[in-house]
Amino acid sequence: MDSLLAQVFTGVSAGAVLLLIALGLTLTFGQMGVINMAHGEFIMAGAYTAYVVSTIVASTELSLLIALPVGFVIGGLLGLALEASVLRWMYARPLDTLLVTYGVGLILQQVARDIFGAPAKEVPAPSWLDGSIPILGYDFPLTRLFIIVLAAACVAALLAVLRFTALGRQIRATVGNRDLAETIGISTRRTDRATFFIGSGLAGVAGVALTLLGSTGPNLGTSYIVQAFLVVVVGGIGHLKGTIVAALGIGLLQAFLAHALTGSVAQVIVFLAIVAFLQLRPQGILSVRTRSLA
Amino acid sequence: MRTKFSSRLLAASSVLALGLTATACGGAKTGDTATSESCVDTSGDTIKIGFLNSLSGTMAISETTVFKSLSMAAEEINADGGVLGKKLEIVSEDGQSEPTVFAEKATKLIQDDCVAAVFGGWTSSSRKAMLPVFEGNDALLFYPVQYEGLESSHNIFYTGATTNQQIIPALDFLKQEKKIESIFLVGSDYVFPRTANKIIKQYAAANGIEVLGEEYQPLGSTDFGTVVDKVKAAGADAVFNTLNGDSNVAFFKEYKGKGLTAAAMPVLSVSIAEEEVPGVGVGNLEGQYTAWNYYQTIDSPANQKFVTDFKAANGAKAVTSDPMEAAYTSLHLWKGMVEKADSFAVEDVIDAAGGVTYDAPEGTVEVDGENHHIAKTALIGEVNAEGLIDTVWSSEKPIEPDPYLKSYDWWKN
Repeated sequence: MDSLLAQVFTGVSAGAVLLLIALGLTLTFGQMGVINMAHGEFIMAGAYTAYVVSTIVASTELSLLIALPVGFVIGGLLGLALEASVLRWMYARPLDTLLVTYGVGLILQQVARDIFGAPAKEVPAPSWLDGSIPILGYDFPLTRLFIIVLAAACVAALLAVLRFTALGRQIRATVGNRDLAETIGISTRRTDRATFFIGSGLAGVAGVALTLLGSTGPNLGTSYIVQAFLVVVVGGIGHLKGTIVAALGIGLLQAFLAHALTGSVAQVIVFLAIVAFLQLRPQGILSVRTRSLA
Repeated sequence: MRTKFSSRLLAASSVLALGLTATACGGAKTGDTATSESCVDTSGDTIKIGFLNSLSGTMAISETTVFKSLSMAAEEINADGGVLGKKLEIVSEDGQSEPTVFAEKATKLIQDDCVAAVFGGWTSSSRKAMLPVFEGNDALLFYPVQYEGLESSHNIFYTGATTNQQIIPALDFLKQEKKIESIFLVGSDYVFPRTANKIIKQYAAANGIEVLGEEYQPLGSTDFGTVVDKVKAAGADAVFNTLNGDSNVAFFKEYKGKGLTAAAMPVLSVSIAEEEVPGVGVGNLEGQYTAWNYYQTIDSPANQKFVTDFKAANGAKAVTSDPMEAAYTSLHLWKGMVEKADSFAVEDVIDAAGGVTYDAPEGTVEVDGENHHIAKTALIGEVNAEGLIDTVWSSEKPIEPDPYLKSYDWWKN
């Protein structure tokens, strides 16, 4: 029982990490159809934001909380710059986008290496996240708990924006049918930019949160980008709820397999399971039906 | 249109993604095996040597520091009058963290630049890729990093530790000083941790230590929730850690987060040096053990000079670590061999190598003419509050290198 509980907790917290890194992609890749290989580097930029904020703000207790919104803005601005300078010319050429954004990712990595140096940086965690609390007899690290809460908050905020704001309605309309959205007076250019800002901003937030778990180095993004795309694809491209289910499902599967077998074997089986799943259901867990004629 | 495209896009992106993850494990390339006459030019008042380190790619983080300490050693030797009266002329190439590139650049350094010796390499895969190049061209490589042993090439000198100078002393320390009766093994999934753990398991069986678990995570993995759960549940007396790179950060953060401490369950790491401590976080590492042959804190005139000079050249925050020291020492050892041989010719240098000594920052080291490794003192260190590592235990004297573990009767390959 104890060990079962431990696996569920570990799986949920791994799922929360996957959810955080994939959330931004559900917007930029899922909703807009842009394959942004630099998404991982936006995550890295968020992590370095946390580092910079921690060197400026004297109090380690507060710096994480300050870094979260700052990371969102930094990630968002990077996304906006990428959209305005490169991507807007390439919406009709998705394969070129893939290569160009991959190149942009490499450039961002080198920039990080030049500014911060190649060795990883330490971002001190606030003392209120030190240690663990026992839940049903299992010591749950507070950092992981924080990430679960943060992931839930980001999902809630994103859902609220999409459902209840004018911007959210415009995003959904543009995704549903771009031409029709334009005919009713929605500026799809503006909507694209706003979507990209939010999606990239969420990558920044994920980066700040990841400093609690791993290292902050120039290669941070590359270790997460594959998983992020996987989650979005398995969840059903363009479907937020599918992403949530996929992230938790993959996290739990990985945790249970890693417990029963070894980490490497677990990863292989998870990949095989995903391939098999996509054979049966290429559209992912949930799929969007659009009225798009093009 | 958009939705139709996405499946094809997915295929393309996954191919690219797989490519990204696969770059870390390129295969060894057979080098040019044609033996050619040495083209090393010894007529002028300079002599060319090659530095081959990854200055870009994932390994740049580690190998750049080796390049810096090699450069410092070359400057020192030149300021001191050079080797056999000739100033060193450095030809530097970037291995790009890619074993095949290491093999190509090594060929270029030997055949086009005609260098007298090459210094560098870090990962075992880069060394394995270069080995046939150096043997085929009868050239010289000095390799500065601790590794998994079980190798001894006529054309390579290994100035880092082999397993009986690092891993076995670390186990001796845990057994004799910490009186451990059980151990848990955690490592990255590649050749060094697998070989190290094979040795550890045989040592444990022969010494009455129980191995309570053995866990491998893929290189670069940052998800250690399950692994640390297993470590905690097993409750071993100590953890032997052969994780590499970023995985260490995630592992130690999780370790501390789940309430495990150095006092209750110490972790002994063989891949964390002074360079890596700030990235993992001093708070996460303080009190944990490491096994190396050199620490920045060594109190000797040779090391004080090494540390002072390195900081002067690279800034006050720069730290010195074991592989950097081994690289620095390798250049001085080559100088000693050449001067003993009174020749730059490869075979003359190899013949003269046995018994060459150097008062290195780590202490006096001596080259073994048979297996081309060097005798080194093993040092167990404890990470202190400043992020440096203090020696807490050392072998009584320099340990003779034994890459094939022939002198250990419990070892069966």
